[in-house]
Formats: sequence, structure tokens, C-alpha cells
Amino acid sequence: METMNIDDKKEHQLKLLQETVKKAYENVPFYKKKFDEIGVKPEDIKELKDIEKLPFTTKTDLRESYPFGMFAVNEEEIVEIHTTSGTTGKPTVSGYTERDIEIWGEVIARAITMADGTKKDIIQNCYGYGLFTGGLGIHHGGYKLGATVIPISAGNTNRQIEILKDFQSTILTCTPSYAMYLAEVLEKEGIEKEDINLKSGIFGAEMWTEEMREELERKLGIIALNIYGLTEVIGPGVATECKIKKGLHISDDHFYPEIINSKTKKTLDEGQKGELVLTTITREGMPVIRFRTKDITSITWEKCECGRTTPRMSRVTGRTDDMLKIRGVIVFPSQIERALLKIDGLSPNYQIIVTRPGNLDEIEVKVEATESLFSDEMKEMEEIEKNIALQIHKEIGIRVDVSLVESESLPRSEGKAVRVVDHRKFD
Amino acid sequence: MNIKQISVFIENKEGRLKKALETLGNAGINIRALSIADTTKFGIIRLIVSDNEKAKQQLQKDNFIVKETDVIVVEIPDKPNGLSIILDLLDKGEINLEYLYAFTSNKTEQAIVVIKLEDVEKGIKYLEEGNATLLSQEDIDNL
Ligand SMILES: [Zn+2]
Repeated sequence: METMNIDDKKEHQLKLLQETVKKAYENVPFYKKKFDEIGVKPEDIKELKDIEKLPFTTKTDLRESYPFGMFAVNEEEIVEIHTTSGTTGKPTVSGYTERDIEIWGEVIARAITMADGTKKDIIQNCYGYGLFTGGLGIHHGGYKLGATVIPISAGNTNRQIEILKDFQSTILTCTPSYAMYLAEVLEKEGIEKEDINLKSGIFGAEMWTEEMREELERKLGIIALNIYGLTEVIGPGVATECKIKKGLHISDDHFYPEIINSKTKKTLDEGQKGELVLTTITREGMPVIRFRTKDITSITWEKCECGRTTPRMSRVTGRTDDMLKIRGVIVFPSQIERALLKIDGLSPNYQIIVTRPGNLDEIEVKVEATESLFSDEMKEMEEIEKNIALQIHKEIGIRVDVSLVESESLPRSEGKAVRVVDHRKFD
Repeated sequence: MNIKQISVFIENKEGRLKKALETLGNAGINIRALSIADTTKFGIIRLIVSDNEKAKQQLQKDNFIVKETDVIVVEIPDKPNGLSIILDLLDKGEINLEYLYAFTSNKTEQAIVVIKLEDVEKGIKYLEEGNATLLSQEDIDNL
């Protein structure tokens, strides 16, 4: 499947898409209503391009169908359920049939294979087990491949390290930030990478950077690969990185990808950056049509040096809901955060305020001062502001005005920071 | 001898200075000297107070960022150009002065200055050799 001829694959995808759309229309009232509203019928899908006629599905739609409104099969056929954490509202539910679990295992097995994993390997799976898709997703993949999975789940670092040493685990699966933490603890305890037997790591469930990859590879002596996915679509495994590390291979025999402009909602061409939209074309339990992921990436269909013909998406660098366009340049709060993290003693509590006093956008970045960088001398404080502005300029290419503010003075809504305030009027 | 000064970071917006002073007032802390350095955006309040530990605690409890710094407190000689005499002593030692602020007391006629130096120890040495009157924490408490 992964090296299939593109034309054969398109034919295969079209058939699957037509079946999925038909099933969704007939079995999920939500889709019937949505299709009818804009007057589109399953029969209108005559070629792959016709997918653009279909309505989008958003996280809000899934939330409103809580808990089982999106299921396309009888509940007795559902064998497993996962949900999102629901940090920003009601969780969204994902239901899997036996065949769905098999597909999930299959796509994750591809990720493990890309990380040089075989049935001989020992996978230390420290993604959380439970409603979160990370733990059980990797578990199904390891099972499918016939590898040994240690279902240690997240946390308990001492135990993790003991198992790493005693069982000589070969593949580590967790979030990149936890891997980084593990690496630091190993270092602190004087455990060399020769004392453990890791050869690769499959890291995902949060955004990370190339710099983090290099650090993880060096510290743990591994190949660190990226995995992408989301609970609404299946969980991790939608796209997985090969050792060439030039993008993540999308398993498009199961998930049909599009890139759209999130404002105009028009489909973009190959290589253009935009919002990833995914359609499941094999899922039975809960087909999802044109799901707006809000993740920003671009896709190439060029054949990879590894020989696979599946399309590749670039590392996700931001989310549409926090993307800003300043003087025509795209800026993500995560870039500001990265700049702030480069300065010792600074807390990454910040707020970006965008205004347009005349015809030009201005950005002010408010950063909470901390005890460790506070000085009683004015010139030092001004130096700190200048240094922050310089680091941000290096990161985003735009000059910003930095203001140090008092600690805990920036607004937080329900404990979550309000990162962006945009005062510009666009009407 | 060096004296501990308390510095407080405040945003340059209405009510913040007042809030900081109220915090100290409510805790029964006496302010001996105060100066403010500010830009359009933020300010640094520098204070000599009666009880540093308590002042720090109370301010931190109200989310203020606080720092203690070593300064020197000197009585200005009761002569013409009294302050220049002090500054000349520091110049002689080639000691860089970061900032200074003056205050007066009900108990003495003399003006008193708080001085922040790059090198506090060296400054004390030169001032003492020049017979300047350096105040101790006890002297300040009795002002
Ligand atoms: Zn590849």
C-alpha cells in the first residue's frame, strides 16, 4: 500500500471515499442534514476532486453530537471508545469497530517499522493509557507487528528508568517533552546511553522542533521520529515519519488529506501551507468527512527517498486558531514562546497585542517579569527588554515592542493564558 | 557599612505605586526613604524601610516582584557643597555610581543620601577614609 502506483491508488481512494460518504449519509443524521442543507448527494462524488463539494466537519460539530451522535454503526459493533481530554469544552468521542482497531494498529505498525522496529523489538510505551488515544494506539500497533509492548503508561520516571535498564527496551514511545525529561534524568543519574539499549523513539501528541529532535537523538543515542494524529480521526498514526525525516508519510489509503486556506476555505495546491483537512475513507465506527484539524502544514506528493509513494506533510508548526498575520507575515505565538525560552530566568508568560495605529501593524509583546531577572537598575531592565525584542526579532523577522509587566498580571481565562489580543479592525 | 534597600517592580499604570505603598502601610512598615525611577512603561521603587523581611514578605504576597540590594547611606556634611565632598571621595577611588537619592529626617538637620555603587566595599573604604558619616541600620531606625 505504501509504495502503490499513484493512479491505482487514486482509483482505490475514490471507491473508498464513495462508500464512506454513502454510509455516512445513510447512517449518521448529522451528515444527512449537512449534505441536504447545501444540496449535495453521495452520488455527486464522481472523482476525488468532488470531495470539495462536501461540507466540512468541525470540532464543534463533534462536540454537539456528544456522546454517540457521530457513530455510523450499531453500538454493539463498537469495541473501543476514546475521547479527547476536553480541556476547552466537552470532550469529543471516537468509536472504533474491530476493523477500525485493526486499521489503527496497521498504521501505527507502519510508524514502528519506519523506526526500524520488528517483532524482535521491545517497545517501552510511555504514552498514557486510558481514554487518551496515545497509549492504546501504540499498543495496538505493537501488537499488530508482533513486537513486545511494555504498557508502562505515562509518569513514574524512576520506574521508567529501571525498566529501560532491566528490560533493555529498544524503542521509546512518548511525548517529546517527556522524552526530553527522561533524557535529563538519565543524565543527572549518570546513566550513559550505553547502559540502555534504545535505538529509536516515536514522539508525538504535541508540537516539537528540529532542535528538540537533535537534542533527543544526541542524548539518548536514538533516531527520533515524529508521529501525527488526532482522536477525532483515529488517534496517532494518521501520518508517520520515516528515517529520511523529510516530512510525515500520511497513510492516505485510510485518511484522505487536503490543505485549505482556513479563511477562504479554498483547497490549496501541493506545497502550499494551510490547514490540514482529513477524511477517513475506511473507518466504519465513526467516519469523519473533511475534518478541519486546525493544524498548519503543507503536503508534497513527491516520491520519498525511502521509496514510499504516500504523500508527506511537513512538521506541524502551528494552529489556525492562534495564527496571526502581521504586515503580511505569518506569526505563531509558539515562535514568541520559543524566543522567550532562550532567555534565562524568564517566564514564558506573555501576551501579544496587535494594533494598527495608522496603516501599519504594530506588535507589543508583554512579558511577565520575574524575580530572577529583576534588577534595581534601570539600564539593566532596559537591556532585558532589548534582549527580549532581539530574540523575538530573530525568530519572527519583525520588530516588536517589548514591555515587562508585573508577575501574574496577564489575564488568564479558566487557568489558560490569553495569548493574543488583536485590536485591528478588518471590516 | 552597607544597608539593604528594597526595590519593587511596578508597571507604570494608575494605582500600582499606591497599592505597593498601601501594602507596606497596612503591614505597619515605616518608609524611611523612597525614590522612583521610571520609563513610560514601568518603574522601580527603591525603598529604605524599617523591617526588610516583613516588607519583602508582604509585597511578595501581593504579587509584587521584590529585590534586596546593598546600598550606602551617608549623611551629607553640613558645609557648602556637602554632596560634592562625598562625590569627590568616590571619584578619587574611581568608583562608579549607579544612582543616588536624598532624603531628610526630623531628627537631624542634615540631608541624607542613599547611594548605589558598583563596588560597595570599595566605596565604604574610601568614604570612611574621607571621614564621611555612614549610617548603620540602627541609625536609620532611629531617624
Ligand atoms: Zn520516506
